Amino acid sequence: MYSKDTIAAISTGMSNSGIGIVRISGEDAFQIIDKIYKGKKKLSEAPAYTIHHGFIMDGEETADEVLVSVMRAPKTFTGEDTVEINCHGGTLVVKKVLEIVLNNGARPAEPGEFTKRAFLNGKMDLSQSEAVIDLINAKNEYALKSSVSQLQGSLKKKIKEIRNKIIYHTAFIETALDDPEHTSVDGYGEKLYAVIEEIKDELSGLIDSSENGRIIKEGIQTVILGKPNVGKSSLLNVLAGRERAIVTDIAGTTRDVLEEQICLDGINLNIIDTAGIRDTEDIIEKIGVEKAKQYAEHADLIIYVVDASKMIDENDKNIIRFIYDKKAIILLNKIDLNVITTKEYLQKTYNDIGKTIKNEGNYSNNTPVIGVSAKNEEGIKEFISVLKSMFLKGNISFNDEIYITNMRQKSALKEALSSLDRVIQSIKNNMPEDFYSIDLMDAYESLGYITGETIGEDLVNEIFSKFCMGK
Amino acid sequence: MKYSANSVWENKDYYDVAVVGAGHAGCEAALATARLGMKTVIFTVSVDSIALMPCNPNIGGSSKGHLVRELDALGGEMGKVIDRTFIQSKMLNKSKGPAVHSLRAQADKANYSKEMRKVLQNQENLDIRQMEVTDILTEDGKVTGVQTYSGAIYRCRAVVLCTGTYLRARCIYGDVSTQTGPNGLQPANYLTESLKSLGVKMYRFKTGTPARIDRNSIDFSKMEEQKGDERIVPFSFTTNPEEIQKEQVSCWLTYTNETTHEIIRKNLDRSPLYSGIIEGTGPRYCPSIEDKVVKFPDKDRHQVFIEPEGIDTSEMYIGGMSSSLPEDVQYTMYRSVAGLENAKIVRNAYAIEYDCIDARQLKNTLEFKNIEGLFSGGQFNGSSGYEEAAVQGLIAGINASRKIQNKEGIVIDRSEGYIGVLIDDLVTKENKEPYRMMTSRAEYRLILRQDNADLRLTKLGYEIGLIDEERYKHLLKKEREIEEEISRVEHTNIGTSKDVQNLLIKYESTPLTSGTTLAELIRRPELNYDILAPIDKSRPVLEESVTEQVNINIKYNGYIKRQLRQVDQFKKMENKKIPDDIDYEDVKSLRIEAKQKLMQIKPSSIGQASRISGVSPADISVLLVYVSAK
Repeated sequence: MYSKDTIAAISTGMSNSGIGIVRISGEDAFQIIDKIYKGKKKLSEAPAYTIHHGFIMDGEETADEVLVSVMRAPKTFTGEDTVEINCHGGTLVVKKVLEIVLNNGARPAEPGEFTKRAFLNGKMDLSQSEAVIDLINAKNEYALKSSVSQLQGSLKKKIKEIRNKIIYHTAFIETALDDPEHTSVDGYGEKLYAVIEEIKDELSGLIDSSENGRIIKEGIQTVILGKPNVGKSSLLNVLAGRERAIVTDIAGTTRDVLEEQICLDGINLNIIDTAGIRDTEDIIEKIGVEKAKQYAEHADLIIYVVDASKMIDENDKNIIRFIYDKKAIILLNKIDLNVITTKEYLQKTYNDIGKTIKNEGNYSNNTPVIGVSAKNEEGIKEFISVLKSMFLKGNISFNDEIYITNMRQKSALKEALSSLDRVIQSIKNNMPEDFYSIDLMDAYESLGYITGETIGEDLVNEIFSKFCMGK
Repeated sequence: MKYSANSVWENKDYYDVAVVGAGHAGCEAALATARLGMKTVIFTVSVDSIALMPCNPNIGGSSKGHLVRELDALGGEMGKVIDRTFIQSKMLNKSKGPAVHSLRAQADKANYSKEMRKVLQNQENLDIRQMEVTDILTEDGKVTGVQTYSGAIYRCRAVVLCTGTYLRARCIYGDVSTQTGPNGLQPANYLTESLKSLGVKMYRFKTGTPARIDRNSIDFSKMEEQKGDERIVPFSFTTNPEEIQKEQVSCWLTYTNETTHEIIRKNLDRSPLYSGIIEGTGPRYCPSIEDKVVKFPDKDRHQVFIEPEGIDTSEMYIGGMSSSLPEDVQYTMYRSVAGLENAKIVRNAYAIEYDCIDARQLKNTLEFKNIEGLFSGGQFNGSSGYEEAAVQGLIAGINASRKIQNKEGIVIDRSEGYIGVLIDDLVTKENKEPYRMMTSRAEYRLILRQDNADLRLTKLGYEIGLIDEERYKHLLKKEREIEEEISRVEHTNIGTSKDVQNLLIKYESTPLTSGTTLAELIRRPELNYDILAPIDKSRPVLEESVTEQVNINIKYNGYIKRQLRQVDQFKKMENKKIPDDIDYEDVKSLRIEAKQKLMQIKPSSIGQASRISGVSPADISVLLVYVSAK
């Protein structure tokens, strides 16, 4: 599995609070921070439980001005050497710092891994084991779901293709090693060189696109839901126009869907264009309840638009049923007309549905309901201020697990790339062919980590299915 | 009828261990137990077939050579016997990295058998008994003895099953099927039932062997000669290389052709494999010629190796053409091959079916999980090959002895030897065909080289008690010499003198611009330790086995270090033991599939659990936390 045992992650929610903490835990924590930190002294020599001011460097460039806390095993949360970098430059910078850490020898933490380590290192009461297990499970399930949803389509296909190529060539080499009298691998390096260069280009492309696409332009993943003709598109226009937001199409290279980005008072909303929100068609009908559910599940924020001039019906209730426990803002549009559905009524319906599903009599949630009129541009200010308060107080956090999944994927792509670099190096150095397969299989494993596939008997099966063995 | 009530009696000779079967696994098992002080009886259906090689006439080969080396390092016998009886020797993959160099020797089969039998006969504490074992006797889930076909009961404290391909064996070619073991030997038809009644789950596997053809009927002028190596390397670390340099016998290479393939295709309907007569699962790595022709229709020819079966026999083994086609087809098929036009078949090719076990019923010590004192090794465990069998026999024998001595079982893990990879795979993964060792199965093969098997395992062999003091001391000396020489080479500075530059130019290596160390030069792909001798003025005189290690360790230092780091990670998980009495029902949050697999296989460590198919990383996390909380 992993050869690196020092883990890192953003340990604060990924809200735009301006401050974020990157935590590094494990044997190499100090070695890593020494490589990337510029300050008065080397942090590996700093006493435990001290805080140091300095800069995180990305090569020659300063990434952020930071405060770094130094903690030494065993008296830390995880029981291991731990460094926490307090970043100040906002969400993007926190992510940048994490990336620098990962590029310098840490790997992204698994879901719940800090807690798991804390437990395994005896830092938690044994009676908490079940809670730890639950946490790991919940986080895993979530990460799995999000990674699967992100992996549909082209990325997954691409990675599978690359893996197939790698295993094919490895199997050929291994067949020759296992049965040298039937198969010769002499001079194979040259052929392999070309193949690997090609694969490397493809991987680099994937890494670049993940940087340009999702990660750099990270915003609040927002889905707008609502029945036809409730005024979704006019609302969107109002929101976009008011702040002169640029509405651009960002082709999600690692996703299937198009996103539009709207900037409201410095908050980026990535509106997921679920097959044409601007149309007056019913999104639920058009893309199907299942798809909408998926989007809703993985969004950071749901904006649910209801027509105040009409009675809510079964369609609305269907929508409520799957968003009642999600982070949402309800916009009750068309309050300029004769109001039939009131804020109070809507809130009650919302809670009633929650009660029924949860089977809890006193269930309620604080989903804000805001009366707006797209026509008169009424209530928009309130919406923005609610949005900001949710955002700044951290009620809405970014969907951390999705982000981290992304980080893991990227880090796996990079690992694969560097394994392939080593293959190229071995070929250049005229190393014997058996050395190629060691790094080829490492690359294969790293990529499998993205698609959720392990090695198992893949190599042996490939050998037997593609090549004729002797005896 | 096995025996009548009248014939039942108890043999009063005292035995600690009964070994059932005297093939390659049985011989190693019995020698190990006897040498470890256990009174041992070894049963065989025929004393004349001790250490029989019923298939290919060679020992070793890719990754199998590693197994023999490791066996030898632990104090096993196979390496020593083949060193005395080989008629040709070759180091395979010599142009590749040291990890995949692999020794293979052609054996004089009869001689090999005879020599191994002598070792058994001369072994203290060991009795040989020709008799079929039909029942395993147990009390309260514990082995108490065995019973033979004649009705005799032999009490003992541990049993090692090494029945090979003999259980309910059936040999088949065309529509001819005989109830015999390999080579027409008597099968063992009763033990399966006894095992089933003890709750053992059985599989039925299949394998095959090619025809043997009379040397005098072969036209070798139409074939390519395959000679042995100029310099012969022994298998055993105890064999002096100088003493085994000798005249070698050649093998021969020829090819099948379109005519051969056409004959096969036309007669496929008469093959028991394709007509459904054979039910057993065959191995993918040594397919019959029928399989090759069907599976790889694009190949217009397949290699055929003609290998001598020994010095005193005229029989030649037709490697690459195992078959179960009818006799008449075999004649036309073999005779279509260049050089075999007038071939006289001495023994037909045949397929053989036999009972074996699902080895996931075993602990990694090769003891049955549910039957205390019952061990097993070899083809019975679902493996294939003499070497695979031998190493399992050795480990089963060692652990049977340790069981009786109340010592903890020996487990070699995947980072310590191919033996570890083999046994771990067998007891952990579902195995649907006879399992063959392959170099691609070993994750840490740069460390698991055949050249360093003694450095990896002889210390363990000494602790077990199968390696004597003298050999152990020799190993310690070798270790020290390697260490000192590596250190010397790392610290020896080389300047830019004329001698140095000339030597570099001679080997097309870039001349130095400033001084460097000897080690750095060794790391250059075009150079090595030996080449640099002329510029290494203070080089001590060392044995080749020492300098070889120095060269490899310095040259591949980067790769080796990387694998060692991976081994560290691996060991962490292997060292997290799962208690025997764990109740998986009590582990909440495990997925159902994982729970079922874990209950079935009962892994001994978190590491082993992680290799079970159907157990996810999340399940492993859950298990880890659960185990730590207990």
